[in-house]
Amino acid sequence: MIRCSLSHVQLEHFTVRRGRDVLVEDVSLSLCCGQLTALIGSNGAGKTTLIRALLGEIPYQGRLSYLDHEGKPMRRPRIGYVPQQLDFDRSIPMTVTDFLLAARTRTPVWLARPASAARQVQALLNQMDVGELGGRKLGELSGGELQRVLLALALDPMPDLLILDEPVSGVDIRGLDMFYQRLDELRQAHHLTILLVTHDMAMVRRYADQVALIRRRLLALGPADEVFNHPAYRSVFEGAQA
Amino acid sequence: MNVIYAILDTLLPFDMFRFTFMKNALLALLLIAPLLGLLGTMAVNNRMAYFSDALGHSALTGIAIGVLLGMENQLICMVAFGILMAVVISRVKAAGSSSTDTVISVFSSLAMALGLVILSRGGGFARYSSYLVGDILAITPADLGLLALTLAAVLVLWIVLFNPLLLTSVNPSLAASRGARVKWVEMAFIVAVAVVVMLSIQWVGILMINALLILPAASARNVARSARQYTLLSLAFSLFSGLLGLVLSYLWDVSAGPMIVLILGCIFAVTYLIKARSRVSRAA
Repeated sequence: MIRCSLSHVQLEHFTVRRGRDVLVEDVSLSLCCGQLTALIGSNGAGKTTLIRALLGEIPYQGRLSYLDHEGKPMRRPRIGYVPQQLDFDRSIPMTVTDFLLAARTRTPVWLARPASAARQVQALLNQMDVGELGGRKLGELSGGELQRVLLALALDPMPDLLILDEPVSGVDIRGLDMFYQRLDELRQAHHLTILLVTHDMAMVRRYADQVALIRRRLLALGPADEVFNHPAYRSVFEGAQA
Repeated sequence: MNVIYAILDTLLPFDMFRFTFMKNALLALLLIAPLLGLLGTMAVNNRMAYFSDALGHSALTGIAIGVLLGMENQLICMVAFGILMAVVISRVKAAGSSSTDTVISVFSSLAMALGLVILSRGGGFARYSSYLVGDILAITPADLGLLALTLAAVLVLWIVLFNPLLLTSVNPSLAASRGARVKWVEMAFIVAVAVVVMLSIQWVGILMINALLILPAASARNVARSARQYTLLSLAFSLFSGLLGLVLSYLWDVSAGPMIVLILGCIFAVTYLIKARSRVSRAA
């Protein structure tokens, strides 16, 4: 079995504010190596805010530590991120290869395209069965194609923590199943730590090892069955989810 | 400078370039066009057309502060105020309390009004009206030196910052997850835009500067598919319109800045039609 370098990601009293508003309050939880943690909650509950703070994009209070198997903090944990259905300007002139090269290399993509880097990008796309997309404009991809490109990018280099923020909105049922199956294979093969934001409770029940229900604060934490039977779950999703 | 002039004389043995002021103007455009052509690509990607317009307007307040301080050359004040304005707008925008266009509009109007109030004291605004349309024929070798240094700095910036900026324009969180320091990258970019806009305004005018920044990139976007095509086309459109505009402004004895903008407008129209046609043929 591959032994991952990260043992767990620890959030202690994690709080995010914007001005006077408290968007995430006093969340403490642990994401373990090889486990998929599903972060659930209603819209506006603070899920995406929590992720943006984890990515270092917005400031937070409290503690966030990445610990190795000896309990020592890791210096530079690698984070892979698949954003929510990308709401970007689809007319930006940029091919899929441009996009992947910009994320992986320092050579500015307008100036040059190193052959070795271009080959690696092609191999990445091939791995996700989207090898033919390299020359297509990023803005012209379908929802499913875009998500595969984004997952390919998030897995290169293989991250210590993979964060997926509603990664499959706008993808059809077959694509959805394929996406989660592929994710599960990767988790087992590489012992990935995964944090997944989703509204799809059937997938949570099937794939999540741990479920965290938040509405600004952490309301419930545990295995899916436990959380789904928690009174807080019913109060959040009353009538909204099965 | 004499060496450069000699080279120009050999390359361009035309009557109009016998004059030193025309050679200087030509060199100025060879420096300003790539500056605006490059920065414009990301300004358009990040939907900053209105933001850069506001920056241009704020030049008036920069000039006014310089005048109040009794400075002979107000450039330092313009650049400093432009940077301040850019930083403040982006911070207020990031706080997200009002919509972006409202925030920019408030700052833009205030900065312009303040400048006009100070400069029009005692009915003296006419002295500063040349800033509105600019005068590229008045550029000196020292000004050219400053522009050349700026172009070198922006090229370095464009090599270091292009990839993170491109990713940020798609999704800032994604860029952050790839190790880009999104806030710093964005800040460095808007400061570069502020500096370049302020340095160019004297020569191309407050009223025209934004068109020169936005139109080459907007035209390139109509026909480009890759980041490389986008950048190179924007540069090409910017240079072509700058040079043709200078020649036509000399021949017809009109101001260069507006002439360049008219040519850019034509380029935009042509590229727009090409884009529309390719859409129709793809749909069919």
